[in-house]
Amino acid sequence: MPEFLQHLANAVILGGTYALLGIGLTLIFGIMRVVNFTHGELYTFGAYMAFMLAGMFGLNFFASLALAATLGMALGALIEFALLRPLKGADIDTTMLVMIGAGIAMQAGEQLMWGGVAKSVPNPFPTEPVVLGPVSVGPIRLFVLAVAVVLLVVFYLLLNRTKLGIAMRATFQDPDTAALMGVNNGLMYTLTFAIGSGLAAVAGALLGPIFVVTPTMGDLVALKAFAIVILGGLGNIPGATIGGFVLALAEEFGAGYLSSGYRDAMGFLLIIAVLLVRPQGLFAAKERIG
Amino acid sequence: MVLTTPGCALGAALVILGAGAAFAQDTIRIGVNEPLTGAVAANGNYVANGARVAEETINAEGGVLGQKIELIIEDNKSNPKETVSAAEKLIVRDKVPVLMGAWSSTFTLSVMPKLMEYSVPMVVETSSSTKITTSGNPWVFRIAPTSAMEAKSFAEKLSQFDPPIKKADFLAVNNDFGRGSAEEFRKMLESKGVKIGATEYMAPEATDLSAQLAGIKQSGGDTLFVTTGVEQITLVLRQAAELRLPHRIITNGGSSSPDQLIAQAGDAANNNYFTLFFAPWFPEKATNPEVAKAFVDAWNKKGYDFAGLTEGYRGYDGIRTIAEAIRIAGKAEPQAIRDALWKVKLKGVNGDIAFVKQGPAGKESGQNEANVYIVQIKNGKVTMP
Repeated sequence: MPEFLQHLANAVILGGTYALLGIGLTLIFGIMRVVNFTHGELYTFGAYMAFMLAGMFGLNFFASLALAATLGMALGALIEFALLRPLKGADIDTTMLVMIGAGIAMQAGEQLMWGGVAKSVPNPFPTEPVVLGPVSVGPIRLFVLAVAVVLLVVFYLLLNRTKLGIAMRATFQDPDTAALMGVNNGLMYTLTFAIGSGLAAVAGALLGPIFVVTPTMGDLVALKAFAIVILGGLGNIPGATIGGFVLALAEEFGAGYLSSGYRDAMGFLLIIAVLLVRPQGLFAAKERIG
Repeated sequence: MVLTTPGCALGAALVILGAGAAFAQDTIRIGVNEPLTGAVAANGNYVANGARVAEETINAEGGVLGQKIELIIEDNKSNPKETVSAAEKLIVRDKVPVLMGAWSSTFTLSVMPKLMEYSVPMVVETSSSTKITTSGNPWVFRIAPTSAMEAKSFAEKLSQFDPPIKKADFLAVNNDFGRGSAEEFRKMLESKGVKIGATEYMAPEATDLSAQLAGIKQSGGDTLFVTTGVEQITLVLRQAAELRLPHRIITNGGSSSPDQLIAQAGDAANNNYFTLFFAPWFPEKATNPEVAKAFVDAWNKKGYDFAGLTEGYRGYDGIRTIAEAIRIAGKAEPQAIRDALWKVKLKGVNGDIAFVKQGPAGKESGQNEANVYIVQIKNGKVTMP
């Protein structure tokens, strides 16, 4: 039982970060329908920015976090403006290839700039764990979970309750009608991509002090983000959130009780099983067809 | 996957460009195949730096056979497939007569068939899987200790632990290195009457190890043996502290770079033990103190990170072993270097380097009897208990 509770706590905390990655990608992949291979690199970018600002320049961690998110958004906007905008109307294969190339170039750039040796972001919290009965958790992980929950709620509300959210969704559902209603389509494309990228960067910056920062850290993360988005149903923020938690639970309990060496396989096996039964994902957005 | 096709095209272009270079060879080339990027990049870079130090010191002393040596260092990207491509590039395009590599046991095992195919010897500077020197590959010469040797050396120091080790758990990287090491240490500890609790594995890229550690916490053991590279050891130490794991942690395999752990894991590194094959804080305790001292000085002069010395010595000893073999062979040809490797008697940083035969008769591999040291981190400082 104590072991079970610890696994559950681990899964909830890990699920928070997975959900954060999922909602960033669900905006871009789910709503914009851009198969975004730079998502993992934006996550890496955020982590390196946190390392640079907090680790090298000695800036306050929380300020670094906000700055890393802003820089991530700016980089996202740049990618949208320089790469995706000229490809408007191109088929999905072309866009996908360009994004694969951009992802590889970004990883190589990180490699060139920072070298292959892992970097460490200073942890702003005490390392002494918070202990609740049999469960023990590092304070930084609780902070990450709290930030993830706040961001999840904020972006759910943004997309569903604000004029901006409606304009964003309208643009991707029917650009012509949206334009007729006075929506600036180009701005919406850039903004959505920037917000999704900013979320990836903030996830990387948040996890920087927990894990170590390396140029290839985004590879597995990007794969998992895609899995979470597909599992939850494309373009669905609650779906991506729940998908994140489901994946974390599968990994944690699969590793804890079945086989720890194949931890990452457990999550993907579950996703295959879910997609066999529900090809549209757990919570497909109602307004989408196919 | 995506990278392969452009990679091939580039490779082909390089082969054409390289054809001219092979004629004007006035240096002796040595191929180095290390993970400079990817999951175990820190270790690979340290080894490559050690190799560079050896290159410089050997050339400063006049080189070998009147020629300078020249390292050609290739990145195997922490990936067994890329390791094979890197070796093939070094052998076919750069025409190196001898290789050093490839850090991880998995990478080394993946490249071994190519050594047979092209008849080129390789000095293995790091990998510890027993299989490497027992599978009948006569082109492999290993200076690093096998997991079995490391376990045997550890057994002699078992009585030093106070409180004694009564029940041990294992957390190992899920590859030839981790599985091999956990197996050898389990056998050794059982023979000494130590109980074995949980054995957990982690993927080489895994960053969240909380599930494994939660299982280990429940086993009731007093000591956790961890086998992996420095990046993952950092994560294990941090996450073990977060989970309040009561275990004493001992890492084996020698690739823990304790100074990097002090810098990156902080307090979580304290009171744990690390097996090493070179302890640069105490060069006077090495078998050949003057060799160890010279290496540390040369390393520091290059301005390399002190934390890398524990791993960097491997590259230094490896390249010096190869240079000595070339000197004995009298020519830089693969077959002659292989025959000469059997005759090498060299004072290395780790200890005296000489190869004994291992594996099936007629196609033995060379294995060096290497030394093992155990250090402890106490109050953020490395000590030798």
